[in-house]
Amino acid sequence: MSESAETPAVVKEPEQLHGLLAEYTTPEELLQAARRVKDAGYSRWDTFSPFPVHGIDPAMGIKRTVLPWIVLVAGLTGGSLALFFQWWTSSVDYRWIVSGKPFWSIPANIPITFELTVLFAALSCFVSMLVLNKLPLPSHPLDRYKRFARVTNDRFFVLIQASDPRFDRRETAKLLDATNPRAVEAVMEDTASSATLPRGVIYGLVMLASAATVPFALAMLARVSTSERPRVHIVPDMDWQEKFKAQRENHFFEDKRAMRLDVAGTVAQGELRDDDHFYRGKVGGAFAKTFPAQVDISMQTMERGRERFGVYCTPCHGVDGGGQGMVHQRARALLQGTWVPPTDLHQENLAYKSVGELFDSMSRGIRNMPPYARQIDTADRWAIVLYLRALQRSGAAKLEDVPESERGGLK
Amino acid sequence: MAAVGDLKDWQGETPSNERTDEPKDARIWQREPRGDNPFAQITDAVVRIVETPKPPRAWYIALAISLSWLGLFGMSVGLLVWNGIGIWGNMNPVGWGWDIVNFVFWVGIGHAGTLISAILFLLRQNWRTAINRAAEAMTIFAVICALMFPALHIGRPWLPYWMLPIPNQMQMWPQFRSPLDWDVFAVGTYFTVSLTFWFMGLIPDFATIRDRADTTLRRLVYGVLAMGWRGSSRQWHRYERAYLILAALSTPLVLSVHSVVSFDFATSQLPGWHTTIFPPYFVAGAIFSGFAMVMTLLIPAREFFGLKSIIEMRHLELMTKVILATGTMVGYAYAMEFFIAWYSASSYEQFTFINRAFGPYAWAYWAMVSCNVIFPQLFWFRKVRTNLGAMMVICVLVNVGMWFERFVIIATSLARDFLPGAWGYFVPTLFDFTTFLGTFGLFFTLFLLFCRYLPMVAVAEVKAIHPAAHGH
Repeated sequence: MSESAETPAVVKEPEQLHGLLAEYTTPEELLQAARRVKDAGYSRWDTFSPFPVHGIDPAMGIKRTVLPWIVLVAGLTGGSLALFFQWWTSSVDYRWIVSGKPFWSIPANIPITFELTVLFAALSCFVSMLVLNKLPLPSHPLDRYKRFARVTNDRFFVLIQASDPRFDRRETAKLLDATNPRAVEAVMEDTASSATLPRGVIYGLVMLASAATVPFALAMLARVSTSERPRVHIVPDMDWQEKFKAQRENHFFEDKRAMRLDVAGTVAQGELRDDDHFYRGKVGGAFAKTFPAQVDISMQTMERGRERFGVYCTPCHGVDGGGQGMVHQRARALLQGTWVPPTDLHQENLAYKSVGELFDSMSRGIRNMPPYARQIDTADRWAIVLYLRALQRSGAAKLEDVPESERGGLK
Repeated sequence: MAAVGDLKDWQGETPSNERTDEPKDARIWQREPRGDNPFAQITDAVVRIVETPKPPRAWYIALAISLSWLGLFGMSVGLLVWNGIGIWGNMNPVGWGWDIVNFVFWVGIGHAGTLISAILFLLRQNWRTAINRAAEAMTIFAVICALMFPALHIGRPWLPYWMLPIPNQMQMWPQFRSPLDWDVFAVGTYFTVSLTFWFMGLIPDFATIRDRADTTLRRLVYGVLAMGWRGSSRQWHRYERAYLILAALSTPLVLSVHSVVSFDFATSQLPGWHTTIFPPYFVAGAIFSGFAMVMTLLIPAREFFGLKSIIEMRHLELMTKVILATGTMVGYAYAMEFFIAWYSASSYEQFTFINRAFGPYAWAYWAMVSCNVIFPQLFWFRKVRTNLGAMMVICVLVNVGMWFERFVIIATSLARDFLPGAWGYFVPTLFDFTTFLGTFGLFFTLFLLFCRYLPMVAVAEVKAIHPAAHGH
């Protein structure tokens, strides 16, 4: 058949001829025909079959597809992305401490790396199969030929395209005839039906695509803008939780308290408080004259006491303990007749009180001073007592008590 | 169309796929497949199921039952969303109740499809072509059912996307070192890849239905799904490479998925869970249960839809052999767990296994052993392997047994761990039952729709392995 290629096509076909189609009934006939067409040197031709015919690739001279390499690259990309992302999220962007384990430990990250390698490879495999095969392909000249409908059922076809440089209507038909086909048919280009989608469909798709970007645009907008209104919770399960808060009523219990009391006599771990000296400032029923052993008599405790005194005592007693605190001054300014002035902590009778008694007044309150045991930690109350002692001492100080270097400023 | 005088023209029977005087109902399924050659007969045997305008009443009845169970599922889920997972029996110490049992049960079933389509493909087991399509469909539906349970188990089922690494206002990422997050990736990848593999296999068969279609709607719908497939050999070449690669990718994937599921248990410190045998043991169990489910579905389907000429008794017999082999592996794993418990010299481990067999859940343990280890041994006998009734009964028992296996692993280990003061006993609630039954409704609804509207057998693949395709 090679001589037909040397002579230029004498009978030039009308332009609308797409090619010549030959039909076969068995895969063997198709293989034989394919070999002959290939040997005749055609390049723009194809065979069609309901299933992949074994041996058709060498018979047609089909080159190996590049698809496996695409899949390899995609798989490696997926794996590296997975590793990088896990490293970045768990050891750079949000360091998550789990049982003191290292932020980055390859073995624990392998399962996800493996899964994403497979995912990327598999999806790229499918997509590149479609793309390389030029699918989806909505229309083809062969679609109008009834006999070709059996290609997905039980028939086998060879199509030599008229655009092949070696195509010659008569010679090509002769070649196909010699392969013992069931039929040979001329396939015309489909000039009647439009190659593009109807306008309405295109506009519809464009509108759909634009509408699809709206939610993303809104989300992006929300990320860069601020609002005074609280965040919208579609399911407000965290705003209205089915639970009882401390002081609510709960009819399940007889006493209708949501907050349950401890069983009588319950003592929590470390809460027995059986050390009278430390917790109540008493030794053998009388107020203790000394600090308990738990209190460390040091400048550090003194500092702590001064700091706590500043927080809890100065509002009434004043910074110097003289009873002229802000609350007192305000009460006087408002001419509050029932106001009981805070005690001047430098009074002589107070200076002679034992540390235990001072601790007790502070813990349980005295006159209109409320108890502070709930607010100030036990050790801190002792620290305040220590500071108070120092304060009282300084109030009754003589010139000799001041270091010599400092005396000049006092005169 | 211009007439071409010098071309040899075709004479004789109708050149196209046109058919005449076909019955309009399901009687068509019971007659011999039509066609003057084996390829046409294969096409007709499978595609006529999709083409029959009126499916028989039995199909509608089955669909109605499935849909009512699906409705039960919807109601159970609705109540669960409203009330929270307190409607289930999950409690302290058994915080993983039926939800996780059912998750592992369904994921396990979902392993047969990809195993059949990928591993048996690589091993050149040609008989797989008769069953791979239905098995892959079953896989996808089973994984859908499986995914329902973790999504509901998280307690706020409207926030499942928190499991995915999406930037969010909390500025946090998922914990990628947790087996629970591995699960998200493993099952998600498995579902996506199985669906891709399944869809790719369907493309040539969609084209077959499109080309035989005698209604516009059918031609349009299947035409869109077929994406213009016309059986070009240059396309087949890439298609086959892609199919082979997908099979090669799916093979380690299918083995990884149930391994990862088993890590949920194996990486914990709980006696009865903390063992290295779990990954292979879970994978064997998954194949075991998956094959049993494929047979449970296909034995009635091949009778009902007239596919006996394609899904042959030989194929069923081969599947019973796989069930026998994997069932024996599972039995070995049960025995090995006891051995390791003794060999470990850990009193907690030993107690756990003695407690499984003789404790308060002994009934579940022995149900599991008899269904999974004892009954499948009947498949040693050829008479049992070729008896449809016996096969059906044993396969249903295997499914029951595999459900009990997951229940035994989860409930017995959690109910009695280290401190006797913290022991408990799990009791399911009504809604545990309705949710589980509901997923069967979902599963069967999807499967019945699949049988009716998609080609149940991979037509192109069956043709490719037919002797006529090789000129013998």
